[in-house]
Amino acid sequence: MIPDEEPVTLAEAPARPMTMIEAINDALDIMLERDSDVVMLGQDIGYFGGVFRATAGLQQKYGKTRVFDTPINECGIIGVAVGMGAYGLRPVPEIQFADYIYPGLDQLISEAARLRYRSAGEFVAPITVRSPFGGGIFGGQTHSQSPEALFTHVAGLKTVVPSTPHDAKGLLIAAIEDNDPVIFFEPKRIYNGPFDGYYDRPTKPWKDHADARVPEGYYSIPLGTARLVREGSALTVLAYGTMVHVAEAVCCEKGVDAEIIDLRTLVPLDIEAVEKSVEKTGRCLVVHEATRTSGFGAELAALVQERCFYHLEAPVERVTGFDTPYPHSLEWAYFPGPIRVGEGIDRLMEA
Amino acid sequence: MTDRQDNAGRNSPRLSLHVPEPRFRPGDTVDFSHIAVTEAGAQPRPDEACEASETWPLCDDLIRVLGDDDHAHGPWNPRLSADKLRELLRLMALTRTFDNRMYRAQRQGKTSFYLKSSGEEATSVCAAQALDFDDMIFPSYRQQGCMIARGYPIVEMVNQIYSNRADRLKGRQLPILYSARSVNFFTISGNLGTQLPQATGFAMASAMKHDSRIAASWVGEGASAEGDFHAALTFAAVYNAPVVFNVVNNQWAISSFSGLAGGERSTFAARAVGYGIAGLRVDGNDALAVYAAERWAADRARSNKGPTLIEFFTYRAEGHSTSDDPNAYRAKESEAWPLGDPILRLRDHLIAIREWSEERHAEMDRELDEEVREAQREAEKNGILGHGLHHPFHTMFEDVFEELPWHLEEQAAQAIRERQIKWPE
Ligand SMILES: Cc1ncc(C[n+]2csc(CCOP(=O)(O)OP(=O)(O)O)c2C)c(N)n1
Repeated sequence: MIPDEEPVTLAEAPARPMTMIEAINDALDIMLERDSDVVMLGQDIGYFGGVFRATAGLQQKYGKTRVFDTPINECGIIGVAVGMGAYGLRPVPEIQFADYIYPGLDQLISEAARLRYRSAGEFVAPITVRSPFGGGIFGGQTHSQSPEALFTHVAGLKTVVPSTPHDAKGLLIAAIEDNDPVIFFEPKRIYNGPFDGYYDRPTKPWKDHADARVPEGYYSIPLGTARLVREGSALTVLAYGTMVHVAEAVCCEKGVDAEIIDLRTLVPLDIEAVEKSVEKTGRCLVVHEATRTSGFGAELAALVQERCFYHLEAPVERVTGFDTPYPHSLEWAYFPGPIRVGEGIDRLMEA
Repeated sequence: MTDRQDNAGRNSPRLSLHVPEPRFRPGDTVDFSHIAVTEAGAQPRPDEACEASETWPLCDDLIRVLGDDDHAHGPWNPRLSADKLRELLRLMALTRTFDNRMYRAQRQGKTSFYLKSSGEEATSVCAAQALDFDDMIFPSYRQQGCMIARGYPIVEMVNQIYSNRADRLKGRQLPILYSARSVNFFTISGNLGTQLPQATGFAMASAMKHDSRIAASWVGEGASAEGDFHAALTFAAVYNAPVVFNVVNNQWAISSFSGLAGGERSTFAARAVGYGIAGLRVDGNDALAVYAAERWAADRARSNKGPTLIEFFTYRAEGHSTSDDPNAYRAKESEAWPLGDPILRLRDHLIAIREWSEERHAEMDRELDEEVREAQREAEKNGILGHGLHHPFHTMFEDVFEELPWHLEEQAAQAIRERQIKWPE
């Protein structure tokens, strides 16, 4: 059982700069410490600490039956997590890359997502599936995908995508504490530094970034709350993950007075934050790295159109990845970088 | 969650979870004396048309031909000519030379990724050589030796690794995820295990059409844990498909040892028993045993006697890929591996039968080094990764479908416009 604790006000809490990997590691560490029912399983996550080091040191600290390596079988990883959840544990399975989640889809879509519903609440699946996702590391077709829309489309799954170390920690803790299955996609391109889309400029580390200051100890950020990245009145940008940083850089560069909303949680969506902003600005740009057709952007555009139609001064714009597999050598031609985002803003402002 | 009553008065021990752990971790002294190195030549060789069950004792054995005396022994000796032996040696050495150069090319920043097959060359080169050229290979990602064994041009492989403008795969795939239809080598997926049921399907189709081609697939022992493995073997058994499954047990799957794929309890070959198909367990560092076993299974499949599961027992002599440092999770095991190095063992055999010499070997290595360097120079004329000499942007949108739909045409125009903005002529 989770012990009661004095709530820490985030602003007062002592904080230190962390990378997103460190913040995730810290969140996992805290949850393993606080709740003996939290267990982690996945390929190479134990002794080795994960191919991205997200679970480094955790097996050493909590032992082999709390943090352990699994066979290479994603159906098994998610399936046994569902079973452990049925017993009463709170499993945090890792899928090594989002591109490898597909063999586990039946267990997620037909099982985890529906246990509560089909058993009228007798059984639940309080699991958090962590998985690195997104491109930008020359990973080719099978280490670059952003499949979030496959999951937002499924009734019964929550989908979370953090964009900063601060949020990654708080959201991951909230996801683990959530009694419903949560897909927690970690944008791997920003694991070790924010990325503004200018791949030909030197990479930046997290330590100089304001949102890399991660409060110590336990805190959670409720799922379903968006973050206002910056206020503005000319247009609203809806983004998540890596694209938050790209959008921010482009808006600064162009000097447009954009309001940027980092959705953080796609399901449940903070619709109030979206409506409030679009009603104010009258223009809305939706940005994601995933393929365009039937992407989550389509859902956002439809929602804005349905709910803010009479406030709109221009059609909702979408800037996305292209509808092709993620190419290797033409990675940067694929990625929705500053030019594509900039053109989207121009079109919106000219309308 | 709430704990139940303490074992409710029962007298039985409490449950505990077993999590497999490798024998050695970094810093440990390695001792492989638990590995049973069988006597070369001592394993019986059933007829290719035998009942599957006749092979099952071999699933717990280890078929070996090359003995410590460097001579070939027993019924599995494929009795290859000296020329053929030299050809196998050369192909394995070429694979290793190629791996070493490409690994270095990645370290020099010429590409994003590379993955060697060091120590496992026999399991691809000699197995591929034992098949007919027409037989379809469904590889995993560590079977570059199969392409080399079938004479695929090295320069094309380098072009693929560099994702340059001459890359036949148009820069789309991660380095080493080749496709080579010209040598009957199926396109490699990054998603583990998917090739296995595909091989079964290809073999079923060949049988439906009364063809003579068979299919052969390779998979790591780690990936044999995927559900695809079960699907592939079940279908192969049900339809008696002419397919050979090669499980390359190189002991490691990135940082996970074979016990995490079930290897603590039985051999990988022994899974054949549950499916009712033939199974062989083979010293994967013994070029002659690999050749003989693959040939046996291929002949069996081709004569309508059905599928075979082969475990090649070998060792991943180096890291998983350019993305990991094995010293972080593995003890210094390579040097202690009791089954030696496949290239050196075949070399020593050829020398023992007076068909080779240290000098000729050194000379061959020099030639191969030059051959690979030459291919590399040739490929570099067409660019290395990230230096602009890639395929035109429009190619990114081709082959998603046979014909380009309107939305991809629009997106292609967008990509090309972005290029012009970024690099005005
Ligand atoms: C479906 C899937 N899950 C996970 C991965 C990530 N992955 C790539 S290689 C690898 C290890 C494979 O080991 P093994 O099958 O033993 O082959 P080896 O590398 O030893 O040749 C893993 C887990 C993947 N590529 N595909």
